[in-house]
Amino acid sequence: MILSFKMALRSISTNKFRAVLTMLGIIIGVMALIVLVSLVNGVTSSVTDEVSSLGSDLVSVTVSDDKGSPIKLETLEEWMKEPNPIGLASPSSSAYCTGKFDSESENIKAYGVTPAYFTIEGLKLVMGRFLKSSDIRNHTQVCVVSNKVANDFIGYEDCVGQELSLDGMRYTIVGVLQEDESLMGTMLSASDVYIPYTSLMRLATSVSSSVTEFTLSAADGFTMEQLEDYMNELLSERFEEDDDAYSVITLAVLEDAMDQITNVLSILLGGIAGISLVVGGIGIMNIMMVTVTERTREIGIRKAIGASRGTILQQFLMEAVVLCMMGCAIGIFISWSILRLVSSIVASLEMSFTLDGGVVLLSVVFCFIIGIVFGLYPANKAAKMKPIDALHYGG
Amino acid sequence: MIDLKDVSKFYLVGDEKVKALDHATMHIYPHEFVSIIGPSGSGKSTLMNIIGCLDIADGGMYRLDGIPIDDYTENELAKVRNNKIGFVFQSFNLIAKMSAEENVELPLIYQGVKKAERQERVREALMRVGLTKRAKHMPTELSGGQQQRVAIARALVTRPSLILADEPTGNLDSRTSEEIMVMFHELHEQGNTIVLITHDNDVAAQAERSIRIRDGRLTEVAR
Repeated sequence: MILSFKMALRSISTNKFRAVLTMLGIIIGVMALIVLVSLVNGVTSSVTDEVSSLGSDLVSVTVSDDKGSPIKLETLEEWMKEPNPIGLASPSSSAYCTGKFDSESENIKAYGVTPAYFTIEGLKLVMGRFLKSSDIRNHTQVCVVSNKVANDFIGYEDCVGQELSLDGMRYTIVGVLQEDESLMGTMLSASDVYIPYTSLMRLATSVSSSVTEFTLSAADGFTMEQLEDYMNELLSERFEEDDDAYSVITLAVLEDAMDQITNVLSILLGGIAGISLVVGGIGIMNIMMVTVTERTREIGIRKAIGASRGTILQQFLMEAVVLCMMGCAIGIFISWSILRLVSSIVASLEMSFTLDGGVVLLSVVFCFIIGIVFGLYPANKAAKMKPIDALHYGG
Repeated sequence: MIDLKDVSKFYLVGDEKVKALDHATMHIYPHEFVSIIGPSGSGKSTLMNIIGCLDIADGGMYRLDGIPIDDYTENELAKVRNNKIGFVFQSFNLIAKMSAEENVELPLIYQGVKKAERQERVREALMRVGLTKRAKHMPTELSGGQQQRVAIARALVTRPSLILADEPTGNLDSRTSEEIMVMFHELHEQGNTIVLITHDNDVAAQAERSIRIRDGRLTEVAR
């Protein structure tokens, strides 16, 4: 075994250029497989991290048809009080309006919410306060602004007490939110303001006392699944069992969907890379056929002096496998280099692309199998040669 | 030692059946030096292939060392060749990518001999053909005579029952041929059984006994 390995190395090294050309198919295949799958995995893991940092602990509900039994603010209050999986509930309707400060004006998204929203969304303040129950009751003209509004629109963070005009109505800023520092948060940071829901009802015609969008968090001792199931049951009953009248969305669903997408993507890309590996394998087979023909005489000599079929088979099979594994090793090394390079280029994006152990193992196993499968036919051809025919080949 | 009885071999050339060996019968005893002489196309090579266990006869009986090998499988034949027969070919048939000593070592590897013993026996075989100094050379770096001596060393190294030489001097000039023939005589004196196949009467005459082959039939040459 060790001897045939040495022999294989010898015969490969006698024609290095050809060996490299032959291995190229495998090298490229392995590279494609490892780099693509590792890239997808890298992106997936960083995006998944971001998504779960956004909070997978809330449920969003949208109502498109209330069937004559609208959900009011009072309904949400009642739900919160009842012993059920609902912890907190807040409307989350929004409307775009024109914000004015000094002479500046900008398109601003105003969310109509209740105090519960702060806890449900896990917001943080840098200064001031969030909305209070009394603001809701009294339809107070106050707002809490996102960090972006404070810094980019107003011009400074310390803007509590300033007055902001939304579609011509004056709102006093009572709080400034902290910036979400995660990648996703930075990408999604927007000019948002939060005002009492009752106040948004006056500002936007699309928002009425009938709440069509709201978010919920689970009560202590209940899981997100329980909350989701409970809401589906509750709303289904309320809206005459019409599933199209409402939708219940959790980020967990989003995560699942993303997982599925990336899994499909990995399999797809891996499959394509796998095909190129198979093509590489055909290249190996091709060269092995040539090698066997070229070395017919050598095979004859070996057989004449006592090599059995198995010995010859082993020799040529070993050569094919060694070729494949060398290609594989080179491919893995190049992939590693490429991933290092890509990681350093996109270092600022906080994504890391590392060699995925699983896919490396997969490609090693795959290369080995390819070596065996595509080496078998040429090796068998060599082993089957009759010593006299082989000896007299080409003189 | 070698026991051929009514051995026949046919070849199909197109649709025609050509008889390469026609009821060939002969006996070769241990420690003999026998030459088989015949012009090309006489069935010489076929006879050599059958004696050398490279091919199987279509009819008749062949015993090597008393063992009938007519119904041996390919792998069994390979084993017989490996253990009992040392080949010396006209065109040397060394493996070009291997050095002299590696070529000599190869049949021992196929026998499964341990490395230390292999090295010892390779050294000894090369010494017997006087090529100790050229052990590391590649075949292309050696002269024809030297290459043939490597081939003889390769044939010797397994200590075979029979050394089978097919036109061993066919590709060599007369002076080198003589050297090689001297070597065969030495090997014979050391107790080896040698069968030498040739078309050259002078070479054939150097053997103890000559068998002529013509149209697939064997006849003893009277001296």
